[in-house]
Amino acid sequence: MAAPKKGRRPTGAQGKPGRSLLVLLLVIVALGGGMLLSGNNTPRLGIDLAGGTSITLTARNQPGEADAINQTNMNTAVGIIERRVNGLGVSEAEVRTQGDENIVVNIPKGTNEKQAREQVGTTAQLNFRPVLTYAQDQPKPKPSDSGKKQDGGKKGAGDEKATSTPSPDGGTPQGRAVTDGLKAATDGKKAPKPTPTGSGNASEPPAPAPTPTAPAPEGVPASLQKQFESLDCSTKEARAKASREAAQRKDGQPVVTCDGEQPIKYVLGPVAVEGKNVSDANAALDQTRGQGWIVQMSFDDKGSKAFGNITSELAQKQQPQNQFAIVLDGEVVSAPSVSERLVGDAEISGNFNQQSAEDLANILSYGALPLTFEEGNVTTISPTLGAEQLKAGLIAGGIGLALVVVYLVFYYRLLGLVAVSSLVVAAILTYTIMTLLGTAIGFALSLPAICGAIVAIGITADSFIVYFERVRDEIREGRTVRPAIARAWPHARRTIVVSDVVSVIAAVVLFIVSIGSVQGFAFVLGLTTVVDLAIVFLLTKPMMMILGRKKMFANGHPWSGLDPKRLGSRPPLRGRRRPAAGSSETKEA
Amino acid sequence: MSRLGTLGAKLYRGETSYDFVGKRKLWYGITLCFVIVSLLGLGFRGLYMGIEFQGGAVFTTPPTKVSQEDARQVAEDTSGRDARVQELGSGALRIQVTDLETEESGETRDALAKELGVSSQKVNAELVGPSWGDQMTDKAIQGLIVFLVLVSVYLALAFEWRMAVAALVALLHDLAVTVGVYALVGFEVTPGTVVGMLTILGYSLYDTVVVFDKVKEKTKNVTKQDRHTYGELANLGINATVVRSVNTSVVALLPVAALLFIGSGLLAGGMLKDIALSLFIGLTAGTFSSIMIATPVTTDLKLREPKIRDHDRRVRARRAKAAARGEPEPEDDTAAGEAADDDPDEPEDAGVPAAAAVGSQRSERSQRQQRQQPATRNRGRGRPSGKRR
Repeated sequence: MAAPKKGRRPTGAQGKPGRSLLVLLLVIVALGGGMLLSGNNTPRLGIDLAGGTSITLTARNQPGEADAINQTNMNTAVGIIERRVNGLGVSEAEVRTQGDENIVVNIPKGTNEKQAREQVGTTAQLNFRPVLTYAQDQPKPKPSDSGKKQDGGKKGAGDEKATSTPSPDGGTPQGRAVTDGLKAATDGKKAPKPTPTGSGNASEPPAPAPTPTAPAPEGVPASLQKQFESLDCSTKEARAKASREAAQRKDGQPVVTCDGEQPIKYVLGPVAVEGKNVSDANAALDQTRGQGWIVQMSFDDKGSKAFGNITSELAQKQQPQNQFAIVLDGEVVSAPSVSERLVGDAEISGNFNQQSAEDLANILSYGALPLTFEEGNVTTISPTLGAEQLKAGLIAGGIGLALVVVYLVFYYRLLGLVAVSSLVVAAILTYTIMTLLGTAIGFALSLPAICGAIVAIGITADSFIVYFERVRDEIREGRTVRPAIARAWPHARRTIVVSDVVSVIAAVVLFIVSIGSVQGFAFVLGLTTVVDLAIVFLLTKPMMMILGRKKMFANGHPWSGLDPKRLGSRPPLRGRRRPAAGSSETKEA
Repeated sequence: MSRLGTLGAKLYRGETSYDFVGKRKLWYGITLCFVIVSLLGLGFRGLYMGIEFQGGAVFTTPPTKVSQEDARQVAEDTSGRDARVQELGSGALRIQVTDLETEESGETRDALAKELGVSSQKVNAELVGPSWGDQMTDKAIQGLIVFLVLVSVYLALAFEWRMAVAALVALLHDLAVTVGVYALVGFEVTPGTVVGMLTILGYSLYDTVVVFDKVKEKTKNVTKQDRHTYGELANLGINATVVRSVNTSVVALLPVAALLFIGSGLLAGGMLKDIALSLFIGLTAGTFSSIMIATPVTTDLKLREPKIRDHDRRVRARRAKAAARGEPEPEDDTAAGEAADDDPDEPEDAGVPAAAAVGSQRSERSQRQQRQQPATRNRGRGRPSGKRR
């Protein structure tokens, strides 16, 4: 054995192999236990393996809205899209942001995906339609107390008071429908007319009409009347269905539809003002009149004219025909009443809280989504194809692993077995972590992720090769096996750490900048690199230490992969100096 | 294995050594040829960008008896656009329609499904907006730049800036060659390809780092001896790791090859094949560049350093003198140089170069003086400790 230098012993080279192995064992047991406890024993599969539709939407700046793409708006959009998708009755649909400007919508198992695609990300239709009549679908008597609005000073141009009802969860304790009239804000104040309103955001059952169904007013065609009577608005699904149908109707046609939140059905006249003519809308805290949160909106020229026309028309009519409905995606978001002609700016007041006011303002100013989205990528995978891909990926992984195993065992003999067992443990560890992450952070295994795992087999095996080659180099120096193993470690460790750090940097950068399915690949690449490091330190090296003490290895049995003769070691023991080459090439490797 | 093992040993000790560094002009020439051909290919043929970069739709059908021609007809009639149809390994078809709007894609899908006599659920559709590819490309380039900066800094810290530069040169070569192959062969560029390319970055550097690690070790005390030039020592480093480089590359390539095989056979098309293909090309290029380019470039950069240049000159002068005196200088005698880097137990700190061994100079000199003495007196020398085994 090479005499170690006085007082210098390769640190960390001896160590306590048993302890490292114990640590690793504990880690695996802990993770495995966590996996069993979490109840999921397989990683979550991504859309491309489980089947379903994945839609990536990319936010686009609108002219004049350069800074519209921000976290707040993205989150609002996610909320709205989520509502839409789940309104379709799609279970487990997943909507999340990705990067700064993408929203990914995953709809599993291909149900309803066609509708989903039509719904998602399209800037919804926003219209103002006059209300012809409405009714509680399921009479749930809930007396509404029509609060008269005391309204103080007027603000500037037209100010429209439309009611929005407080939502029970919206922070208003009374939980009553506050109804406001609407006035021209030129001068005097007119007493608001009480009107029941439905509201999409600040949701609260509006005052039910005294009769479950209002008498059919003139203007409601008989056919519609039938539809109106048969329309089911009692459940969420039914309402979603009704509003989808309503959304299909032409602008010039009257429609029947439901309130977005309440079991109320409406018959609405043709579109009077299009949402695109709303030039701006925002939520504001009304300081002067103490109305709390209000929504102010202003129209462009065309909208202003149309809005003036419709409001002057509605102001003449009786309840409920003096209301106009704000219709989004076919469902009634809010139906404020009108008591005078309004031109230009309007104001919707009611019992809003900040959230509901902002939501309504958002809907008004952007149509639906606070951003314009374009469909970047839509992938539809049938569950059968997903299963095929999964199978193909696993087969590829199996073949890759087998090839690596054969190569390692052929080249390194018994050492190869050390590598193979390390690989197997690394695989188990990776699998466990992936499964746990599925539960913890919603990590879903996609095809690219499997790809990353397969590529990682080779990269993991490389660490072992680096170490084994160092050990062999030490043996070529003429050392016996045990010290060779010990001395090789510090050098091998440095190489492994340096090169793995490069891999980690690559994975992290790839993860941060990538979009779409690429992220899964990068994530797995990074994960496996970290696992690789852990395995080399906690398993491969201690195993080598322990094996080094075994006779078969220590004596360099031909099958051990460390046979000095085969490695061409020439112990500088007897006779002549060895040819200069490498005589003192000690310790490197 | 035993032959390989022996070869490894010979390479390791420098008995069999290939002059990678000395022939660097040749490698540079070859590299330049590769890169020029790649760039020409890129310039004249351009890359065949997949549907993801043009916008459009890709439909994948289940295995079917319907002929490609029929499928193309159906797709074109329904969409009114050009369609390309590929037969996949399993008898499935892959139909690409450029420029297809999302709204229209449903009809095409339904029409195809009808033609095949399956439910449209069975036909997979991937629709890509026209700006999707641009966004991906932007992101990829952004990632590339960030990555290069980070890695340069890291390598400069772990090794030295010259090695960082050389590693980047090797890296750019790998990328250029991969892109060139894609341009010349006309493989389709898809997001999978881009992923593969970005992964090549990481792996190519990994390979290079393994070689550098050894080269750094060999050349640590280059100025403390005067038997070998920097280039020779660096070359020894490459030779010592050549077997390892080949091994690591083979092991990394095996799974990728399996992916490629399965990806083009069973699944044909799609992410698996795309990633595997670019990886396969890139890894092969990466192995070449880590051996043939990275270290030679480092050497060239090193030789610009006055200290190293003077040292080189000294070594040559000494040799010339020795030759004049008629002392044959064993070509492969690496002992001296090696003794110089004999520093077995450096501090454990990974990546931190250890201080040069104190004893190295002395031991190296004593070795040289004793070179002509009987072997017995020499036994156990050449070891800083002076101990015998």
